[in-house]
Amino acid sequence: MSPLTESTPPAANPPLSKKDYKSDQEVRWCPGCGDYAILNSVQATFAKLQKQLHETVIISGIGCSSRFPYYMETYGFHTIHGRAPAIATGTKIANPALDVWVVTGDGDALSIGGNHFIHAIRRNVGIKILLFNNRIYGLTKGQYSPTSEQGKVTKSTPYGSVDYPFDPIRLAIGAGATFVARSVDIFAPHLEHVLERAAAHRGTAMVEIYQNCNIFNDGAWKHFTDKDVRDDRVLHLEHGKPLLFGKDKRKGIRFRDGFHPEIVTLGEDGVREQDIPVYDEKDPSPTLAMALASMDEHKLPVPIGVFRVQDKPTFEEGVQAQVAQARTKKAKETLQDLLNAGETWDVA
Amino acid sequence: MDQQGSKARDAALQDLEQVVIRFAGDSGDGMQLTGNEFTRTTAIMGNDLATFPDFPAEIRAPAGTLPGVSAFQLRFASVDIHTPGDTPDVLVAMNPAALKVHIGELRPGGLLILNTAKFRETELKKARYESDPRQDGSLDAYRLVEVDLEQVTREALKDAPLDAKAKDRCKNMFALGILYWLYHRDLEPTLRFIDELFGRKKPEIADANKVVLRAGYNYADITGLFQTTFRVPRATFMAPGRYRNIMGNQALCLGLVAAAKQSGLPILLGSYPITPASDILHQLSGYKHHDIVTFQAEDEIAAVCAAIGASYAGVLGVTSTSGPGVALKSEAINLAVMTELPLVIVDVQRGGPSTGLPTKTEQADLLQAMFGRNSDSPVPIVCATTPGDAFDAAFEAARIAIEYMTPVFLLSDGYIANSSEPWRIPDVSKLPKIPVRFAPARNDGSKFLPYERDPRTLARPWAKPGTPGLMHRIGGIEKQDVTGNISYDPKNHEHMVHTRAGKVAGIAKTIAPLQPLGAATGDVLVLGWGSTRGSITAAVLRHQKQGRKVSAVFLRHLNPFAPNLGELLRGFRKVIVPEMNLGQLCMLLRARFLVDAEAFTKVQGRPFTTEEIEQKIQSALEGLKA
Repeated sequence: MSPLTESTPPAANPPLSKKDYKSDQEVRWCPGCGDYAILNSVQATFAKLQKQLHETVIISGIGCSSRFPYYMETYGFHTIHGRAPAIATGTKIANPALDVWVVTGDGDALSIGGNHFIHAIRRNVGIKILLFNNRIYGLTKGQYSPTSEQGKVTKSTPYGSVDYPFDPIRLAIGAGATFVARSVDIFAPHLEHVLERAAAHRGTAMVEIYQNCNIFNDGAWKHFTDKDVRDDRVLHLEHGKPLLFGKDKRKGIRFRDGFHPEIVTLGEDGVREQDIPVYDEKDPSPTLAMALASMDEHKLPVPIGVFRVQDKPTFEEGVQAQVAQARTKKAKETLQDLLNAGETWDVA
Repeated sequence: MDQQGSKARDAALQDLEQVVIRFAGDSGDGMQLTGNEFTRTTAIMGNDLATFPDFPAEIRAPAGTLPGVSAFQLRFASVDIHTPGDTPDVLVAMNPAALKVHIGELRPGGLLILNTAKFRETELKKARYESDPRQDGSLDAYRLVEVDLEQVTREALKDAPLDAKAKDRCKNMFALGILYWLYHRDLEPTLRFIDELFGRKKPEIADANKVVLRAGYNYADITGLFQTTFRVPRATFMAPGRYRNIMGNQALCLGLVAAAKQSGLPILLGSYPITPASDILHQLSGYKHHDIVTFQAEDEIAAVCAAIGASYAGVLGVTSTSGPGVALKSEAINLAVMTELPLVIVDVQRGGPSTGLPTKTEQADLLQAMFGRNSDSPVPIVCATTPGDAFDAAFEAARIAIEYMTPVFLLSDGYIANSSEPWRIPDVSKLPKIPVRFAPARNDGSKFLPYERDPRTLARPWAKPGTPGLMHRIGGIEKQDVTGNISYDPKNHEHMVHTRAGKVAGIAKTIAPLQPLGAATGDVLVLGWGSTRGSITAAVLRHQKQGRKVSAVFLRHLNPFAPNLGELLRGFRKVIVPEMNLGQLCMLLRARFLVDAEAFTKVQGRPFTTEEIEQKIQSALEGLKA
């Protein structure tokens, strides 16, 4: 399965440190922006994984998050609004050996680029999509986004927004995503762990990162990410472990009638640990992942971590397999043969 | 050839230089297939030919109605021809609607073959006939031959294991058989084709079609319907070489494959189905063994974006579409302008605006290609002028895209796409190479400068991700020349706008001077681009034969123009620009050269006839006298 175009074999390089992933460009996000923390975590993860700079491509769309490639000392392509997944698809088909990451935001991925987002996921193209979700349009200075809560008062919605929001996790699962995860800008160790898991996935890896825009939507996530509440408000999904949360992991999620999640406390009302479902990220059925992603963020804990992992051949593998098969089958056909195909006649 | 012909020898035999035949019927009657088979057979028999398929946008419009009529015209000749002909010599009408739509163009005295099975009251009504045209004298000017194609086809298939509907579907083969006999065509190529089409999966359908084709041939022979048969001898003027019959979309695809081979670059075609460009996606999807990968995207935007993403990775990105698709791709094309990546955008033009006339031809996307993006956004434009010429046009578009690191528009149109002509197959060993230079890897720690330009072409280096030491960032934001860093500096922006324009203007250096058809100076110059070439050629040759100082020039390059175009324009007293739009090229010429060129326009979804252009030239000549 030879790629359309080959990468040059890497030279033996000394180990890379986190700072080797920083470009010489001045970072121009607002002071206090959650993007700094994410940039730092990505650089730390890349260093941990020793990603080769020349084999790594970061492709972005438009928006604050999409400035990301300029700050990474890898190959970078800052493209147009919403289209990064489509461009990344072309890049990945052309050279599957490249490690292609898409950086996008809630407006870029879910509004103008919604179509490309779901179709890249549907095809299982081997790209990683980091979706920075701050529930607001930042670069255009504060309009509501497709993830803004209903009733959001912004410059463009002085009476509050009327639309219902999208949930990126549910959208991705619905589109057939083979890897879906969520983390938070300020949860560095967790974020780095999730990024590492995404990096290891061969198909499309969709990682939603809750990110704070301190200028236009400050505190969008603080009702469950603040230090003093997060233990009780965040549910860490861990493969093979029960859905427990709270400081002492005494609280759990149980499903009433099999479908309706509710908070229970171990030891109360006879609830035992074995009454709490054990999370299986590899479950072929998306039902539990969907149910957890659908929980009301104000009444129930917000799940983070890896929701879903499915091992499935990637789009580019399928493409390359067809190319290889055609090459074997018709190895001898030259361009001249092709031009001469069909019925021909000679004029002397 | 007349193995079966017993009475063929009884009928008189006449040699003709050329014949124009039009098949017309319901869109489900198989007229395109019938026309294509006559064409293929005729090509193999060594005639020059030109075709004009004309079909509705609906796959199966209501049967028997006027909008549902599908037609295929072909002209074949022993002499050099340039168009499918203005007026048919023969019209095959499968129903009253087909008769109604097309009878007006059959030449007086022409042969009219009618399928009488459909001349019932209901069918006549659907075609808005008040009375049966066979009885009201309106067909007196033609040689009328009536055949109940359904009855004779059922008769021929009386033992076939098919239901009545399936039998009726074979009736186009009966009509084709009649014409094969009348024009001494060889049955073998079509018999082979039928086997290829149905043979393996539906042998009973293949057998039925073959039986009916032969039955039509024998019917014409035995019944003595015709007193004369006609022969159009092999064309002898053609340049030596190997030929095949080719349609424009086919040649365009082959030109792209040739460019891939001669550059050593694989191609990624990103495309979204759209009439009349879809066949490019279909055909290229079968060329994986020639390093062509196709990607049917979720929409037009994703199609061009995937092509750009592929070019970024070091293969040649191509996207194929029609005008409405170009509108959707505009923003992405500008990304390729800004990031200076190679890209070929194939626009097979159709009638517009909006959905317009999806299956009809037009040349009205020129200004869209030229200006249809935000800001000063120079994109080179090349066009195909005939079906076979689409090969060269595609090759040239790829050459410019690669050599100059730029998106390039390749304009074709619905007429070129679906019509066909004999094509002299190029000798691959004589095709030029398209050199590709990727920026080489570096390990000396020096900084790679993504906008450090080649002083000859002003092209920036093509640095493939995956290459050690060339890590860099590009994007749609204005960038500093040389370094490629984001820059909002006013002077730098002005410099970059001029540089992008200068790079595209500089392509003119690599364009061969235009060779006029006729003298380089004179009274009237007819300037054409795209598919008007055939009718302009024919019209200009007629005037030249009469000693008039009329010349023609055909443009391959619409941006930039060939270097000697201005000089040619000034060498004539009058310049006429026939276009299937409201004068788009003419507007560019007047703006660029300050010449009083006159647009001659037609926007009917059909090509110019030779006569239309001939008369326009005539009146221009008379105007000069006055």
